[in-house]
Amino acid sequence: MPVVLPTDCAVWLLVAAAVAFALHVRRHEHLAAPWQRVARSASGMSALTVLAAFVLVGLLDSLHFRPQLEGRDRTGEAVYAVEVRSVLDQLVLPLKTRSERTYSAPLATHAYSKETAELPGGGMARDYPRLRYGGAHLADPHERDRDVALTVARGLLLAAAIMALGTWIGAAVVGRRHGASTAAAWRAIRRGETAFPWRAILLTKAALLAVALPAALLAANYHVLGTDKVGQDVLYLALKSIRTGLVIGTVTTLVMLPFAVLLGITAGYFKGWIDDLIQYLYTTINSIPAVLLIAAAVLMMQVYVDKHPELFPTTAQRADFRLLMLCAILGVTTWTGLARLLRGEALKLRELEYIQAAHAFGVRHARVITRHILPNVMHIVLITLVMDFSGLVLAEAVLSYVGVGVDPSMISFGTMINAARLEMAREPMVWWSLAAAFAFMFVLVLAANLFADAVRDAFDPRVRVGAAPALRAGGAG
Amino acid sequence: MLAYIVRRCLYAVPILIGVNLITFALFFVVNTPEDMARMQLGAKRVTPDAIEKWKAERGYDRPLLWNGARAGAARLTDTIFFEKSVRLFAFDFGNADDGRSIGHEIRTRMWPSLALAIPSFLVGLAVYVSCALVLAFFRATYLDFWGVVLCVAMMSVSALFYIIGGQFLVSKLWGLVPISGYQPGPDAVKFLVLPVLIALVAGFGAEVRLFRTFFLEEMGKDYVRTARAKGLAETAVLFGHVLKNGAIPILTGVVAAIPKLFLGSLVAESFFGIPGLGSYTIDAIQAQDFAVVRSMVFLGSVLTILGYLLADLSYTLVDPRVRFE
Amino acid sequence: MIARRLAASFVAAALVAGCGAEWNDPYPAADRGKNILYSSFVDRPKTLDPARSYTADEWSFIQQVYEPPLQYHYLKRPYELIPQAAAEMPRPRLLDAEGRELAPDAPASEVAFSEYEIRIRPGILYQPHPALATDAAGKPLYLALPEDEIRRKYTLADFPHTGTRELVAEDYVYQIKRLAHPRVNAPIFGHMSGYIVGLKALAARLQAENERLMEAHAARYGKADPGAPWIDLREYPLAGVEVVDRYTYRVRIRGLYPQFVYWLATPFFAPMPVEADRFYSQRGMNDGRNLTLDWWPIGTGPYMLTENNPNARMALDRNPNFRGEPYPSEGEPADRAAGLLADAGKRAPFVDRVVYTREKEGIPYWNKFLQGYYDQSGISSDNFDHAVRVDLEGEASLTPEMAARGIQLRTSVGTSTFYLAFNFLDPVVGGPSERARKLRQAVSIAVDWEEFISIFQNGRGIPGMGPIPPGIFGHREGEAGINPVVYDWVDGAPRRKPIEAAKKLLAEAGYPDGRDAATGQPLVLHLDTVQRGPGDKPRLDWYRRQFQKLAIELELRTSDWNRFQEKVRSGNTQLFFLGWNADYPDPENFLFLLNGPQSRAKTGGENAANYRNPEYDRLFERMKNIANGPERQALIDEMLRIARADAPWAWGFHPKDYGLAHAWLKNVKPNQMARNGLKFYRIDTIEREQRRAEWNRPTLWPIALAAALLVAAVAPAVVAYRRRERAAARTA
Repeated sequence: MPVVLPTDCAVWLLVAAAVAFALHVRRHEHLAAPWQRVARSASGMSALTVLAAFVLVGLLDSLHFRPQLEGRDRTGEAVYAVEVRSVLDQLVLPLKTRSERTYSAPLATHAYSKETAELPGGGMARDYPRLRYGGAHLADPHERDRDVALTVARGLLLAAAIMALGTWIGAAVVGRRHGASTAAAWRAIRRGETAFPWRAILLTKAALLAVALPAALLAANYHVLGTDKVGQDVLYLALKSIRTGLVIGTVTTLVMLPFAVLLGITAGYFKGWIDDLIQYLYTTINSIPAVLLIAAAVLMMQVYVDKHPELFPTTAQRADFRLLMLCAILGVTTWTGLARLLRGEALKLRELEYIQAAHAFGVRHARVITRHILPNVMHIVLITLVMDFSGLVLAEAVLSYVGVGVDPSMISFGTMINAARLEMAREPMVWWSLAAAFAFMFVLVLAANLFADAVRDAFDPRVRVGAAPALRAGGAG
Repeated sequence: MLAYIVRRCLYAVPILIGVNLITFALFFVVNTPEDMARMQLGAKRVTPDAIEKWKAERGYDRPLLWNGARAGAARLTDTIFFEKSVRLFAFDFGNADDGRSIGHEIRTRMWPSLALAIPSFLVGLAVYVSCALVLAFFRATYLDFWGVVLCVAMMSVSALFYIIGGQFLVSKLWGLVPISGYQPGPDAVKFLVLPVLIALVAGFGAEVRLFRTFFLEEMGKDYVRTARAKGLAETAVLFGHVLKNGAIPILTGVVAAIPKLFLGSLVAESFFGIPGLGSYTIDAIQAQDFAVVRSMVFLGSVLTILGYLLADLSYTLVDPRVRFE
Repeated sequence: MIARRLAASFVAAALVAGCGAEWNDPYPAADRGKNILYSSFVDRPKTLDPARSYTADEWSFIQQVYEPPLQYHYLKRPYELIPQAAAEMPRPRLLDAEGRELAPDAPASEVAFSEYEIRIRPGILYQPHPALATDAAGKPLYLALPEDEIRRKYTLADFPHTGTRELVAEDYVYQIKRLAHPRVNAPIFGHMSGYIVGLKALAARLQAENERLMEAHAARYGKADPGAPWIDLREYPLAGVEVVDRYTYRVRIRGLYPQFVYWLATPFFAPMPVEADRFYSQRGMNDGRNLTLDWWPIGTGPYMLTENNPNARMALDRNPNFRGEPYPSEGEPADRAAGLLADAGKRAPFVDRVVYTREKEGIPYWNKFLQGYYDQSGISSDNFDHAVRVDLEGEASLTPEMAARGIQLRTSVGTSTFYLAFNFLDPVVGGPSERARKLRQAVSIAVDWEEFISIFQNGRGIPGMGPIPPGIFGHREGEAGINPVVYDWVDGAPRRKPIEAAKKLLAEAGYPDGRDAATGQPLVLHLDTVQRGPGDKPRLDWYRRQFQKLAIELELRTSDWNRFQEKVRSGNTQLFFLGWNADYPDPENFLFLLNGPQSRAKTGGENAANYRNPEYDRLFERMKNIANGPERQALIDEMLRIARADAPWAWGFHPKDYGLAHAWLKNVKPNQMARNGLKFYRIDTIEREQRRAEWNRPTLWPIALAAALLVAAVAPAVVAYRRRERAAARTA
């Protein structure tokens, strides 16, 4: 039975909006031009390739359903489990369900600490027990290295095969489009001579596949990134964190946009008391230290949830509501920066002759704004969106540290880091949770930053949009 | 100019009232006086009677905004909001829920915060500006390219990782500085070296890249090209023109941030056990001490507004074309 | 250039910091080698007033300063009360309604009052304190200060003179009266007013008087004024408590209450000199400077609080007026081998000063302990859940690395219990019905506390067979002590019943395979927990997994502590996790947690599960007043049998208190009931210095490497710069 969580709604709404926007842009030459510049940026397109992989995982994780249970109830209706699963969960079900007792190192076959076990002949001994699942297929754990090497080799071979096929198809397509032979197209790609950075994209894809495929094959029999305190696979946690990060990075801007655009443009366009009022509003919000404002709002929302348990019957729903509200709160506290930029731009635009002329002809304000002002500030909005994304993903971790982040039952980079923080003090040290969170987060944010740079360079290299002030305050050292 | 400053200060009043109303509303919905009482009185054997007494003792037994039971002006003044919020305007912070004077606390905790914030700020500024200058000087070379790559990479790492990693390596593995803690006086140096260093590293990527674009923008301008065409040495151009003019946006940004240094850093202070205002705020959030949070929000807002004012003033000082309206 | 200078300053700073051997020493160099004990605290103490404080963290300060009449023996287990300030153990005189004395074994129904006469030792002196300072003529110096002079004082050190006086019985009586003081809000007032004769009446009188005074005060200074006029409690008699002579006082208790002597070992019954109350009541003392009893205790104990900065550091110094107390010369059999009797008979205290540093983050705390900058590392049972950060593997054993460092591990089973409660008022899991009971029993089997202990407590705990932890009368070892509902006795050890047994019970309860047999819908249970932070996730996941074993879906409702308390108070819960830390080592203090009349939702008592079984309650009334012996054991056995069958709790576990101490810290034995053992600690400062130096040799190559890297990064830039300049010069 499909379940639509509010954040799923938001995510798919965003996807729909993005698709609609893309179609719109395609139809208009002048809108498409900067995007073509983005498309020619090698670093931007490589970053986009990586981002696409993350987004794919995130989207798969945004399709939720309740699995059907065996048997029927008295009225003959199907019975569904209470637990809510996503398509991603279903795809990587073994990762989710095959949990060990407690910590185990990456690719380990034995537990990380000694346990007391009864010997078959009676008596007790302390030793590192075999894991329930990690390397359980091996009769002799000493074969592990060989088995891992073989699996990795198989994965790499598979990756190479897929890449070869993909490259050949790509070259054929490029060749066809430019009226050249496939071989010539391949040479151009190899030398990086194509206008569209095929070489960079293919290399990125190759790198992605070379990591993902061996990992996927290994994951069938091992815990590739180890397990956490209660034996959950860290790879699974890292994969699940992606959606949380993406939702925070994108849905927040979805919440923020209407405020920022509407209020910013209105203030700049109408001037007078409206401008004063809106300026007052955002100066007031701006002058409250953002972390405190966020903390207060999150605590308030928490109280609301606690007082209305009937609205959120399941943990998943509660966590999801909290995530959505966190996005909303972040949005409400971060719209001020964009609004200020837009107000300034609208102030400039309204003095332009053609807009003055429109006024003279008695064109209605709403029409002037939607027809003339809005399209001319869209690039600022876009740049802000992509630039804010990485800041928001990073902010989530800090907010979780302060205790006002996502629901503790929700998997996120913030919760992973916070749990891993304490593990660093263990003897011997448990490093893999922190390393996994670091690696996934770093790649995601790096790709987002690089892509944002490409977008900014293509649209307007002179727009200076820093991370929203709210996030800088939290992120500073 | 004085008239301008006075006018700006008057503008601040409605903003501060707004700030107070927002925080008041937020925190009282979160935390009724009864919650606060329970929080303070502990968990074991707390009677409703004790809670009433606690509330009366701290003036939380009055209505929130409107006291219908009183007459005249007391209807407005004999309320929690008036008692607790309006006094802030005179910087009379009152006492925390645990009984300590907030003003006294702020005065003593300010110093550790500043001891961490000022060196981070100054050293950071010096390092970022010089690195950005170097990158701008070597623009379009491999040094510049890899420098920017390094910046973007460093930006992409959460500050938490820098702190965790720094503490682990420098303090635990190498034993170079104490892991955490603070002592006033000259002893403070050994506690501050690591947090300052980490603050420097954490801010490096974003700031250097930003400053670099300022300088590059300046370098692209006509007068710089003219100066260069006249045969002025590259260093003279760099320091004589680019640094001077490129510093304007940096300066105004920086000036706006100065008052906020007082507030300290929430995360760094609690990781390194520095008893400053940042950790005071975090403690207050976690203990849900409304009086402290409200005071810190108020103080933060005042400082932010002060920062804006200073930034605007500094604009006019470095750029005489800008006039006070 | 700047970068190079920065590197130079970094090295210089490091050199300044490291003028001694260790660069990472967090303490002032001047304190090196002194007889100072270094400890830490997590939460700022809210109050150090002995009449108000009720947490173990605060008591770890208070009990070093204040001396109640009695204390627990430092080494003996089970816990044994011995005199502290008292001259000998008080014995109750039993009286009937007419005040006639009864035989000590008189039946409870005849006993109207018990009277305790407590004689204290003469010659005990208070710590030096400004409240006791007098001038040459013996007139108090600081008890009637002008307000503007007080406004210049911020700590006790601002008063130049101090004084002392002898401890008298009056001081104890004064403190008992403070329990009824309307401004003190003593947490045990409600409980004690049911026992101490006249306490309730005194509270009513004081309340009226306080209101009168406060009104007058408000008229003069305004309502928000923090000062409040002093009430001299000596003028208000308390019917049940009287001073017999200078060193003797008498407390009259309603009915039989043998547990009362345990209360006499808590700070609630510590002496309070009237001068101190008066001193701190002066107008201006409390106004934001916290010159109050909450912050500056005054006692007769071995230590006195000299520095109180709860944000960073608290310090105790040796009380120069302390009479000295001999180190105990007998203990448990193992104590001699452990070296705990080496100092027998020597005069305590041994340590000159104790410095507590605030340590909120777990990693720095643990690492500083490993570096030797904390002498011991322990966990208070109050924040057991969030303080378990340090780590060792396995049960009560040290890793070889730890052992090689000479770290000692001391464990003792705590006098506390943690449990998963079923709300007895809940329609699904609560109530005496067979269906609900079987469901509770099934869950009790499924929740594997052995695993919880090994994952989250690192093996430091024992699964509970009932509410009573080991070491408390009524607990039974071996087969007789197991909970037959959950455990089987196999090969001389308890073994948790297999999950199939739980599934069978669940089916009998009407939920085969975790589905309601009537509707076919899956069974969903709700667990309320306190959310402490993102670090909770593993624990929440673990809970959920326990219920998955029975195919029961567990929904977690996390909330903050306030909200959680509120839900428990209103009975608006299904399952929840809670702990209890004993007030005194008596079975009554655990069994009352299941006593029906003390239901949390109905009467605000401590029975949070709202369990009610008339037979249990009847037995409880009989059990609570009789002395330990076979009769009491039989009653307890029967009560436990009833409770186990009803399973209002999944019995959880009893955490083991454990302390890690470095080799140079001697005489450490964890004591759950009392925290006044500090006076017996001894430090081998020479060994500490050696070890610290050995463990903290700074590694210098990273600095060299950093410098080299900087040079390597700057050099090409400089070279390129020179080349460019030269090229420019040539073209020019």
